[in-house]
Amino acid sequence: MNKVIKTVSEAVHGIEDNMTLMLGGFGLCGIPENAIAELVKKGISGLTCISNNAGVDDFGLGLLLQNKQIKKMISSYVGENDEFERQMLSGELEVDLIPQGSLAERCRAGGAGIPAFFTPAGYGTEVAEGKEVREFNGKPHILEKALHADFAVVKAWKGDTEGNLVYKATARNFNPMMAMAGKITVAEVEELVPAGTLDPNEIHTPGIFVQRIFQGNTFEKRIEQRTTRTK
Amino acid sequence: MALDKIGIAKRIAQELRDGWYVNLGIGIPTLVANYIPEGIEVEFQSENGVLGMGPFPFEGEEDADLINAGKQTITTMKGASFFDSATSFAMIRGQHVQLTVLGAMEVSESGDIANWKIPGKMVKGMGGAMDLVASADNIIVAMMHSNRAGVSKILKSCTLPLTGVGCVKKVVTDLAVLEIKDGAFHLLERAPGVSVEEIQSKTEGSLIIAGDIPEMKI
Repeated sequence: MNKVIKTVSEAVHGIEDNMTLMLGGFGLCGIPENAIAELVKKGISGLTCISNNAGVDDFGLGLLLQNKQIKKMISSYVGENDEFERQMLSGELEVDLIPQGSLAERCRAGGAGIPAFFTPAGYGTEVAEGKEVREFNGKPHILEKALHADFAVVKAWKGDTEGNLVYKATARNFNPMMAMAGKITVAEVEELVPAGTLDPNEIHTPGIFVQRIFQGNTFEKRIEQRTTRTK
Repeated sequence: MALDKIGIAKRIAQELRDGWYVNLGIGIPTLVANYIPEGIEVEFQSENGVLGMGPFPFEGEEDADLINAGKQTITTMKGASFFDSATSFAMIRGQHVQLTVLGAMEVSESGDIANWKIPGKMVKGMGGAMDLVASADNIIVAMMHSNRAGVSKILKSCTLPLTGVGCVKKVVTDLAVLEIKDGAFHLLERAPGVSVEEIQSKTEGSLIIAGDIPEMKI
């Protein structure tokens, strides 16, 4: 089954105002930067974005924030983005902060047909407000529900025409679970290869989870904290 | 004299044991990796999806796809592995990681911790901290004993929104090593040259002082 889409514009076709999107990445690592740039260009607004972070002021999801295209963010950590903090504290932006492990598991659950699960994370904190609490093995847990999205937009290192994906290093992060949880999953890859080229033993995301795949034009792959040592 | 950040990291490094998988939080905890005691082997987990984290790369060898949870460029050690975020937190919640070291704004005598939010002022988000503190058996908090204005951060009860309840067992500050049990801080060690009286005066929570308190050996 050929899932290849020629251009980024066609790849994000159907994403409309007020939709819910999942966007892969941790910090600026493994984010679908070509697709995000296209959403900025198209000016789609009122978006609910499920993404671990919110980019930085001038890159990643920060670009959509600057343009006021995001209505609500569902994230775990948003500390590196001044515009985000400003919009959140002023009430312009609705924000749902979720523990990182719960966010990952809620996406996984969404893709795996599990409607909800109990986790110890967040018990006794404001995250637990309004959530069912149940004790297992003498320890309190809170009920967390699966997340779903109209579109999941993920980024992989290599992908084939069937939509099979391979990620590189820590750029994997949230991409595999989000790929599972989108009604339509769009995968942006650095290198698109013919089916049969990738070793089936080494596929991270099987193509069944991916409806559209395209090769990104350019990848800036910006580094957020460049740390080095001297020889 | 009170310890600096490096001193705190060095003291915490003494808690490492051979064969442990360890998760280090952002800030002082990250420095712990620089002071692993001789003759033991530990492997560092970073919750964004790497086990077997190595030192920072040499200049010019940074890889944008290879970072730690603080978004810093890193390298990997022999035998390292990469995984997705759900698997990463399965390692954490499933208690496969033996030690978690993280920073805090406040801790309380009942083991509560606050480190993610100052209402109306600062919103960073909890990241993986709530998952880590709710699940780990062995949590060490690295922090300063009081804030810049001299107000104690070692409290009867936290004033900031909580990250977790009743989870912290050990705290290493610039002044002391404290163990939390039975609803009180127990003073185990003091920083070189720091008096018990000074620690007492900078600790708002209940402090148990039993016998002679040794100095830390850094």
